[in-house]
Amino acid sequence: MTQRFPALTAFLAALFALVALSSPAAAQLEGTVTDDSGRNQITIAVPALPTPQVLPTAAGSTEELGKQVSDVIVADLRSSGLFDPIGRNRVRAISYSEVTAPAFPYWSGRNVESLIQGFVRSNGDGKLTVGCYAYDVALGSELSRHGFIVEPADWRRAAHKCADSIYSRLTGESPFFDSRIAYIAETGPKDNRTKRLAVMDSDGANHRFLTSGGTALTPRFSPDYKSILYLSYSGGSPAIYIYEIGTGKQRLVTRTNNATFAPRWSPDGRSILYSMAIAGNTDIYRISANGGRAVRLTNSPGIDVGGSYSPDGSKIVFESDRSGSQQIYVMNADGSGQRRISFGGGRAATPEWSPRGDLIAFTKIAGNFRIAVMRPSGGGERILTNSWQDEAPTWAPNGRVIQFFRTQRGSGKTSIWQVDVAGGEERRLKTPVDGSDPAWGPVRP
Amino acid sequence: MKKLSTPLIAIALAATMAGCAKKPPETLPPEPVDTTSGSDTDVEPTAGQQAGPTPGSQEDFVATVMSDRIFFDTDKFNVDGEDQRILQSQAQWLSQYPNVSIVVEGHADERGTRDYNLALGERRANSAKNYLVTLGVAPSRIRTVSYGKERPQALGSNESAWAQNRRAVTVTVR
Repeated sequence: MTQRFPALTAFLAALFALVALSSPAAAQLEGTVTDDSGRNQITIAVPALPTPQVLPTAAGSTEELGKQVSDVIVADLRSSGLFDPIGRNRVRAISYSEVTAPAFPYWSGRNVESLIQGFVRSNGDGKLTVGCYAYDVALGSELSRHGFIVEPADWRRAAHKCADSIYSRLTGESPFFDSRIAYIAETGPKDNRTKRLAVMDSDGANHRFLTSGGTALTPRFSPDYKSILYLSYSGGSPAIYIYEIGTGKQRLVTRTNNATFAPRWSPDGRSILYSMAIAGNTDIYRISANGGRAVRLTNSPGIDVGGSYSPDGSKIVFESDRSGSQQIYVMNADGSGQRRISFGGGRAATPEWSPRGDLIAFTKIAGNFRIAVMRPSGGGERILTNSWQDEAPTWAPNGRVIQFFRTQRGSGKTSIWQVDVAGGEERRLKTPVDGSDPAWGPVRP
Repeated sequence: MKKLSTPLIAIALAATMAGCAKKPPETLPPEPVDTTSGSDTDVEPTAGQQAGPTPGSQEDFVATVMSDRIFFDTDKFNVDGEDQRILQSQAQWLSQYPNVSIVVEGHADERGTRDYNLALGERRANSAKNYLVTLGVAPSRIRTVSYGKERPQALGSNESAWAQNRRAVTVTVR
């Protein structure tokens, strides 16, 4: 214990807010990365995080927080579908000194493949340090170590960051748990729904309504999470507003008597795409996020609507019925080179480019409405869901999970769901009221 | 397209056209927007009316015109013969009350994606507006607004309900 403790103290001293330390002499992973089809879940133990000293914080005692952080890590890892996490209710508690000196024989005797240990410490300045260590039990070695310094109120972020570090280390994928979702909270009867702008963490926690009554639709988080684009009927007609989260102020994206809708950010947050109907004809426009003159990108007599940038900002995938029915097209960011990519039968709508760039998620309409993906070049179509009406996919920041909303036939009640891009792992997100139009933001810095 | 001289002629024409294929079922007549009165058979000429809605009011509009709304086929936005007669009756009424402006609300059924339905509602509202303009209603009197699939009239999830929800509704504004 005393031998290990100086190392831990030195480690703590080197920490700053959300700084990830490189892992010395990390072992190579062997055979633990799951593939898409195999579903070989990694058995991973996550004991409660001990504390060097039980102290009260603004979010509860450090001991209590250690349990809650463990619970959030377990829930995150389980939701990915790639892990079989064993939480604190099924494993013994560990001591603080054990954090950096795992009892490998004990864990290997319980068929645990990976082990997550950590601690919660209250610092003198009122902040928390959450340590997060991952171990390979069979190899008896450390895989990664991270320390996160957060305000007590942000303890869940430290837990998500810890889960993200483990997820990334063990799967080779980019992280996504520490991210937020904007969506529309729905209440009231089918013919008079109140639709409010709302935000929540990727796991549904820290939920907040941002608008009161009225009709808000199709929100999109800015890449820096400082503002949200959305459609509101507050002025009597559909118009796009930018809502500043910090101040609660909002402003119109563009002043016009024409209806504007379907707002989207460019990946760098500098430009905004929107759709505008002039005398009934809808086309897609781009405007600077600071205002100025809009540039018209499409010019067909059909409905051209929506739009989603490729991650490098060079291309836009959008929807058009110029062929006679809703189909998906790709164009260069300046509007040139428009060509259709959806030829899979039925109609294809609401395309969203994966943050990885490798796939387009969309709503496939052929009888029922289903969530599907295809390659940006067209082809390779795979249908991921099967319900009466699933629509409006949005990508997890790492491009591995897709959220969408599902409408119940008859009642019109809506709910937010997610599905793994490989198919399966379909699950419903808990929201305080009905939810639609989910929009997943990037991983937080 | 010639203007019809009186609403009564329009009603007679409508009667001969009853049973037209694409219309919503008669079992569930569309309800007026702001009043409980006003099916087609109640319609009387506004001139000489003793009791009833205030002339020029929304109630009067709904009671007088053939219908305050026209309906569309799935994904369509064209104004067909029956729609034209309905809009003619609206234009006729509007010619009597030149100070009244209107909002044409375009709607879509629930079986569409949200953004597309907003665009489709715009198309439908503008189809109705454009036809009213050809009948002599000044464009400055007509505002359009699309509600996409956000304001269904019929609550079911079936062909009959969807047929009633694919609509353009004229609402008067004083």
